Amino acid sequence: MMANEVLLFVEQRNGEIKKSSLEALGAAKAIATSKGGSLGAVVAGEGISGLAETLGSHGADVVYMADHGDMAHYSTEGYAHAVTQALDKSGATILVGSATAMGKDLAPRLAARKDWAFLADTTSVAIEGDKLVVTRPEYAGKVISKLATAATGVVLTLRPNSFSVPEASGGSAQVETLDVSGANIRAKVVALETKEQGLVDVAEADRVVSGGRGLKEAENFSLVFDLAKELGAGVGASRAVVDAGWIGHDHQVGQTGKTVSPNLYIACGISGAIQHLAGMRTSKCIVAINKDAEAPIFQVADYGIVGDVFEVLPKLTDAVKALNS
Amino acid sequence: MKILVCVKQVPATDSRIKPTGDGVGVDLSSVDWIINPYDEFAIEEALQLKAKHDGEVVVVSIGGDKVEDAMRSALALGVDTAEVIKDAGSAASDSLGIAKGLAAIAKRHNPDLILCGKQAVDDDQMAVPAMLAELLDLPQATVVVGMEVAEDGKSAKVDREIEGGHEKIEVTFPAVIATQKGLNEPRYANLKGIMAAKKKKIEVLSAADLGLGEFGSKVEVLAVNPPAEKTGARMIEGDAAAQVTELIKVLHDEEKII
Ligand SMILES: Cc1cc2nc3c(=O)[nH]c(=O)nc-3n(C[C@H](O)[C@H](O)[C@H](O)COP(=O)(O)OP(=O)(O)OC[C@H]3O[C@@H](n4cnc5c(N)ncnc54)[C@H](O)[C@@H]3O)c2cc1C
Ligand SMILES: Nc1ncnc2c1ncn2[C@@H]1O[C@H](COP(=O)(O)O)[C@@H](O)[C@H]1O
Repeated sequence: MMANEVLLFVEQRNGEIKKSSLEALGAAKAIATSKGGSLGAVVAGEGISGLAETLGSHGADVVYMADHGDMAHYSTEGYAHAVTQALDKSGATILVGSATAMGKDLAPRLAARKDWAFLADTTSVAIEGDKLVVTRPEYAGKVISKLATAATGVVLTLRPNSFSVPEASGGSAQVETLDVSGANIRAKVVALETKEQGLVDVAEADRVVSGGRGLKEAENFSLVFDLAKELGAGVGASRAVVDAGWIGHDHQVGQTGKTVSPNLYIACGISGAIQHLAGMRTSKCIVAINKDAEAPIFQVADYGIVGDVFEVLPKLTDAVKALNS
Repeated sequence: MKILVCVKQVPATDSRIKPTGDGVGVDLSSVDWIINPYDEFAIEEALQLKAKHDGEVVVVSIGGDKVEDAMRSALALGVDTAEVIKDAGSAASDSLGIAKGLAAIAKRHNPDLILCGKQAVDDDQMAVPAMLAELLDLPQATVVVGMEVAEDGKSAKVDREIEGGHEKIEVTFPAVIATQKGLNEPRYANLKGIMAAKKKKIEVLSAADLGLGEFGSKVEVLAVNPPAEKTGARMIEGDAAAQVTELIKVLHDEEKII
């Protein structure tokens, strides 16, 4: 069996590989290649054997399958058991994951298990000589740190939307089956509640439309939802409107909410307080709509519209609708 | 029920954070120090559990020379005792170094439950709670927004926030639980609490007291840079209709993102 330099932890949902995992696949492959080695990928779930092909065509050399009833739902201990086995089998000394809810829960546990270095939520990764060098935002994005570890014995997670998905090259992977029965799972997921279909979560979305107090009343938030729907975007919010009860906390973007890094972030009636910027300033393209030309949001925006959300948003939604059809 | 709460002292969230002159650190000389905001939910949950299950709440921290201030604030809220590892070198430690230190303290207490915040708002790692759980061989639940402890205090049903939904988890104690906003409403200290806190003891330990070596790090800081300066927004002029037309045009033709 082929030993692998790098192992990627792949997330799937309902039998589909998450986009963040495909992004990580590209980065993990690049690390493996610059170390002159191969890439393993481990995926856990139930009834997921079809995924090996996709992973192989995107660059994985070996796929470690943890296909078992115990893996149907994520659990830290169950999945850690599976990834540990894949690490042992592959001989990999670098473990790559995504900085998602699952990756953030699992990766540090594995770093402690292996007594390896840990680099969380990185936005760039490179091998430089015998070092692994990454960048990551710290202090809620107020600074960007460049960090290095030895290039063996490292667990790292990659921030979603920071790396591009590799083209499918038509390669194929060798498949290894893991025996993951008998994991000692003391924290068990007994139910999974997901929101209505069709609404993209703000932390994962590659487009986000966010609303703030400029929308004046809870009912008016529908203007934000309407535009988000046309764009296929996630809906974000400032803390002011979350605290006012207009929308749930899981939409809050910022220091005490979610960190998002989409390709497009449209801020509507949001002033741009430092704590809000903390959650969105690394977005690729930021559009701000605010009636106050002095609003601090314009300092981080790429495009600014000084205007009234009640006038601009419906027109923008119609224009996107026209573009879509 | 014995509950250990891990509290980190961090710069206030509205602090101006800038790289140091040599470009390999962060200038923290003039910041105000606070309890990490997420740790406030952990403290509040511990105090509520103490009221219900009759128990003891110990706050622990690893920090620099001001760390006692954070402990004093926690004691003022009703926490029973505080224990810190005070070590100037700890600031340069990585998450695993800190987790090892906290694990060493935890072993002295054998708590039924360890509560942490979900994330420290300085280095934003979200790592210590899971590492601590692994080092102590305990189950974990992170990003917890709901928690119901069984009558016997030996397990809990928790609600963990994930992308686009929630996981309902049943976890046996002892366990490590990392708290997220939404779990509870942290209380404020009152005068009585502040007075009482003055009389409570903060035990100060050194790494050596716990049989730990120096705080090390497997991670080296090469540089700390300010985020790329945006040059200011390109303002789109005209009436609303003209602005929208122009915006659609740039997003579609130039940025190619819609
Ligand atoms: C510890 C701490 C943590 C925090 N964490 C967060 C966080 O995670 N996320 C977060 O967002 N905030 C957070 N905050 C709060 C933050 O400081 C701000 O209070 C908040 O972001 C303001 O929300 P806002 O922009 O919606 O409201 P406001 O600041 O009131 O701004 C409303 C904006 O709407 C504009 N406006 C008004 N009417 C119109 C109109 N008709 N058309 C167009 N524009 C209009 C106004 O010009 C103004 O700029 C935190 C604060 C603290 C102290
Ligand atoms: N130095 C520390 N002392 C005590 N607790 C800490 C320390 N560092 C982290 N923690 C705990 O771990 C949580 C997550 O921190 P982090 O992994 O650094 O993001 C914090 O909210 C604290 O509860």
